[in-house]
Amino acid sequence: MKKSVNIDIAVTHIITRKKQTAVAALGVTIGVAIYLFMNSLSSGFTKFSRDEIFKNNAHIKIYKDNEICEPIMASAADCTAIIINPQITTRSNKIINPEALLASVKGLPFVVNALAQVSFDAFYNRGKAQLRGNGSGVSMVEYDAMFYIGKYMVGGSVAALQGNLNGIIIGSGIADKLSLGMGDNITVSSSYGVVKIMKIVGIFKTGSSLNDNSKSYVNVSAAQQFVLQGPSYISAIFLNTPDPDQSGKFAAQLQQLTPYKVEDWKTTNADVLAADKTRGAMMTAISFSILLVASFGIYNILSATISQKINDIAILKATGFSGKDVIRIFMYEAVMMGCIGTIAGLLFGGVLIGIMSKVYMGGPVGYFPIRFELPLFMGSMLLGLLITCCAGFFPARKAAAVDPVEIFRK
Amino acid sequence: MASGEVILHTKGLGKYFHQPVSFKVLDDISFEAYRGEFLTLVGKSGSGKSTLLYCLSTMDTTYEGELFIAGEKITGKKADDLAALRNSSIGFVFQFHYLLPEFTCLKNVMIPALKLGKYHYREIEERAYAKLEALGLKDQALKQTSKLSGGQQQRVSIARALINDPAIIMCDEPTGNLDSKNTGIVFDMFMQIAHDSGQTIIAVTHDNDFAQASDRTIELADGKIISHDKIFGSSDFRPR
Repeated sequence: MKKSVNIDIAVTHIITRKKQTAVAALGVTIGVAIYLFMNSLSSGFTKFSRDEIFKNNAHIKIYKDNEICEPIMASAADCTAIIINPQITTRSNKIINPEALLASVKGLPFVVNALAQVSFDAFYNRGKAQLRGNGSGVSMVEYDAMFYIGKYMVGGSVAALQGNLNGIIIGSGIADKLSLGMGDNITVSSSYGVVKIMKIVGIFKTGSSLNDNSKSYVNVSAAQQFVLQGPSYISAIFLNTPDPDQSGKFAAQLQQLTPYKVEDWKTTNADVLAADKTRGAMMTAISFSILLVASFGIYNILSATISQKINDIAILKATGFSGKDVIRIFMYEAVMMGCIGTIAGLLFGGVLIGIMSKVYMGGPVGYFPIRFELPLFMGSMLLGLLITCCAGFFPARKAAAVDPVEIFRK
Repeated sequence: MASGEVILHTKGLGKYFHQPVSFKVLDDISFEAYRGEFLTLVGKSGSGKSTLLYCLSTMDTTYEGELFIAGEKITGKKADDLAALRNSSIGFVFQFHYLLPEFTCLKNVMIPALKLGKYHYREIEERAYAKLEALGLKDQALKQTSKLSGGQQQRVSIARALINDPAIIMCDEPTGNLDSKNTGIVFDMFMQIAHDSGQTIIAVTHDNDFAQASDRTIELADGKIISHDKIFGSSDFRPR
């Protein structure tokens, strides 16, 4: 009963002051809509740039890093270490006993899939034309499971490479430049002077010219031949974890198991991530400021209402409404304005996202990378309501402090 | 008079105003108000009669001395308790009606009862209708308050003061804004309320006719009570 009369008064105020309510709510609507839209945009961009990263990068990469040679004389307490012309050692970058390492890595609970790769510098020749690039020797089916290269195949299939020691999958740029098609032969040579004539069993187009113009895939053993190494040679092991955000933690665990360098994708792509972070912070700051400005609309309108209704507040207090009741009445009003504004804002923001997601950007981006994300909707709603509550509280507290005696004695 | 039941009394009530200079506006006020009494407070402008009323109303708590309502000490209670007490036991009528303009007359009358929450909504509505009917306003019940004349608005505010059947009704210049006809109506109503329902009315007024016709008049000058005059004979005052 007690509660309902406060709500009753608040509702009546809201209904009889439709224009002010609409103005206050509109402020919140725009604030929430823009907040939601910009955050969806930011989130879409981040998702897109991450997908770009994961096209070529696994969550964690294990490889043998170059070593700097040891000092000739070990450092002792009383003498200085002597290093003559420090440089990287000439030992090869191979991982010793890669099958055992791969097997043990695959057995770990946090490894979703793992893959061994032999990479080599490749030259693609046709007649006198030569293109420089790099080749990867991988198990193509496992590679597809990790990087979804199958999605980008424009000719042939990833399975065609399986067991085909003479087969090669090349980027569309190489195919175009050398005027080669499916089933044609291509002469591939490596930096070690190995030359092979291979048959094109697949062509991919990822949209990244860096990849499409230089990259090719062959079987692991073919790649091992290109670098003049035996079947135990592996240049890197890639593995994916269930949650890319946790990869740093898993990398640290893996580092305990192997002497080789374990690097997670965040380290490899620190520059891209830093740019993402900067953009995210900027978007959040801008959208939050807009929401904050919108909340001043509620503050202003509620303050004006309270100034106009000071007599009403006095009589309510005289007839037995406590300060808390008065705060409640005006908080209900703020929350009602906030709810109307927030709901309208979510709808409006949703429409904006809907329109934007239909905009075709072309190129590798395709449609604008923006999606409906429920957590962002929830977050915008909570923030919208929280800010209107804050904006309502200060005028409401002012109303609660009205001294009725002062009003009646005027 | 001692035979009546005391509903409100004060002990050595005093109050200072500090703006613009320190000034004692009420000085050692001690008096009793009885159940079913129509009491008026009179005095010249600045005598402290309104200030006294607001101290009695529990809305002004910055006084010295003690205030008792129905034998219970009110001085020193918390603001929320005082609000609850005003809601259940004190009705207010002011010079201006202070009705809420967004609501109908009926709703204005109902609001203090809805706040009290003693009855269901339907019952409160019926009671509010009954009060308005008693004040001759039943046909105005569903109108917005701004559509009513000054006298009608004041009567609505009286109905609002009565809705919770308070023990005390406090009035600050209740007829100050009314013509003589409406003053007469309001006066008769107060008389009836006091004598028939046994509710106490404490009214501040500068209208001498109004004061003289009441049961008892307390006159203030310079913050002190200068007379507990009883205009009518004790036979006219019928405490319950």
